[in-house]
Amino acid sequence: MSAITLNNITKTYNKGTVLAVDDISFSVEKGELFGLIGPDGAGKSSIFRILTTLLIPDKGTASVVGFDVVKDFQKIRGIVGYMPGRFSLYQDLTVEENLNFFATVFGTTVKENYDQIKDIYIMLEPFKDRRAGKLSGGMKQKLALCCALIHKPEVLFLDEPTTGVDVVSRKEFWEMLARLKAQGITIMVSTSYMDEASLCDRIALMIGGKILSLDTPAKIIEAYPEKLYAIKSPNMHKLLRDMRTNDEILTCYASGEYIHLSFKNTTKENEGSLKKFLEEKGETDLVFKETIPTVEDCFIRLLGHTDGNSN
Amino acid sequence: MKQFFSFIRKEFSHVFRDRKTLLMLFGVPVVQIVLFGFALTNEIKNSNIVIVDNAKDMASQQIITKLASTQYFKINKALLSSSQIDDAFKSGDIKLAIVFPENFYNDLLHTNKAQIQIIADASDPNTGNTLTNYVTSVVADYQAQLNATIKAPEQINLDTRMLYNPDLKGAPNFVPGVIAMVMLLVCVMMTSISIVREKELGTMEVLLVSPFKPIYVILAKAVPYLVLSLINLTVILLLSYFALDLPIRGSLILLYAESILYIVTCLALGLLVSTGAKSQYGAMTISLVGMMLPTLMLSGYMFPIENMPLVLRILSNIVPAKWFYIIIKDVMLKGLDITYIWKETLILFGMAMFFLMLSLRNFKTRLE
Repeated sequence: MSAITLNNITKTYNKGTVLAVDDISFSVEKGELFGLIGPDGAGKSSIFRILTTLLIPDKGTASVVGFDVVKDFQKIRGIVGYMPGRFSLYQDLTVEENLNFFATVFGTTVKENYDQIKDIYIMLEPFKDRRAGKLSGGMKQKLALCCALIHKPEVLFLDEPTTGVDVVSRKEFWEMLARLKAQGITIMVSTSYMDEASLCDRIALMIGGKILSLDTPAKIIEAYPEKLYAIKSPNMHKLLRDMRTNDEILTCYASGEYIHLSFKNTTKENEGSLKKFLEEKGETDLVFKETIPTVEDCFIRLLGHTDGNSN
Repeated sequence: MKQFFSFIRKEFSHVFRDRKTLLMLFGVPVVQIVLFGFALTNEIKNSNIVIVDNAKDMASQQIITKLASTQYFKINKALLSSSQIDDAFKSGDIKLAIVFPENFYNDLLHTNKAQIQIIADASDPNTGNTLTNYVTSVVADYQAQLNATIKAPEQINLDTRMLYNPDLKGAPNFVPGVIAMVMLLVCVMMTSISIVREKELGTMEVLLVSPFKPIYVILAKAVPYLVLSLINLTVILLLSYFALDLPIRGSLILLYAESILYIVTCLALGLLVSTGAKSQYGAMTISLVGMMLPTLMLSGYMFPIENMPLVLRILSNIVPAKWFYIIIKDVMLKGLDITYIWKETLILFGMAMFFLMLSLRNFKTRLE
């Protein structure tokens, strides 16, 4: 039995004028770390809220651990852990008070389930008398995760847990998720950071309420049809502008310190003719190499954007 | 049950850690009582009046002595011309002037008719009226004494008694009003804001996705404010008893029981506001404009309801504060028991149930 199943879920807002989730179906296996990847407004949070029984879908059915999200919502509420997109703890209560409060609300105690949160709580312990509102972004997320975990949930829903968190804390956070996964907890996580996608077992790339692609990160990358190249020069801005005038190029966009590009027809002459074209335009010191696509490249390709600065 | 108490404890922490709220909770009633009790009073004490005694005879002297023996007037005696009196009024030095004509006692004895002129500053009609009434009653009193010896054939003796508040103090009127208002402020505004704050901060989202039943969220929110309101009520009663010498004539238990009924009504209203409001700001606006204004205007505390146009009189019936104001006045000032106020109590109870049902029905167990 799948831990999470969605069948043709559609959700609209403002009396049907805003389409947030458009006929989505997928399922998440037990013990899987599943990622919803996409920009803001892709419909990720709506899916989370439907699965956590906070919203009722317009169409379709969904279930969590076999319970229907509409009919059996009370049962689901006891066995899932949910961490909303915004920091949602009491800012005027201390770390310890927040944890104790949520433990009691979920009908347990911190002592009883301490082993569940021990790894994470150790990092918070020095600040246990500090008010939650005064914690750093990374600490807040750790506390929120502790509070979502305190009742040993079967399924964990984390909506953009690393947004607004520094790089080190993000890395730590994903290490924690890996440990929780090892304990057998099913985790559904959303993020708009593409580099985090490869840390999931499977990902769904979402935009405009639709899933563009759903598979393991490796298979999604494997499925990238063209060869991808990276190029750089001292004047990147001019280089990008020049490349856009070349009609052999299918797509080109800035990605980190390079410009990623692919050709309409992959042939052996591609490299030579492009270099010649660019030298005629006055480009010098070109670095040109083949590169392996990332999830971000796949995403940009799926979006059908032919240019633009993505990050 | 453990969950419930934990929630209540959390709610108290919120209140006690928010200094501004706390100040508003306990500062407002104290400030209002002090303000109304000592500063914004419409009682008349030590008003400056001038007596122009052109007669200087036995009768005029006796009347002046009587006037001086009350605490209402500060008497200046001077022989002023009518234009000088005018000037004194214009400069605001005096509120009232009494003029005895020459041969006052003589006229009284021999022609059976004498005149006293009373001139009052009516730019504030209430004060002018009250002062004039005091003077007239003193003069009437003197006349009654005279008649007692003279024995006029027919006479009507007016025996006026101001019940429940013989000294015409302001406190008996405004203390119940302040209580009704403060309860409303605390219960409607604080409750609605505290629930909407959970929505705004996103904590409601986490609470909803928990086995804790939404109805308990509501109840746990209401309990601390019920307790705080009762503390507030006690503070107001103590203040008015010790600082304003306002006696509590009725049963204290009945007073508290009725107050709890009113508080529950207000809490239900607060919950109702919170189900409709999207932001703390919205909740505050609805509470202030939608609740405070009608309470001030239509409870009978500031303006007598009997004098209002029919539409407003009908409208005033749906203001819970109106009924509570009647109840609390009856219990506090008149010392009446439940048999006299069961009707108002029943109306208030009906309102409490109605609002409670409505707000529980409207409370969303989901986000929309």
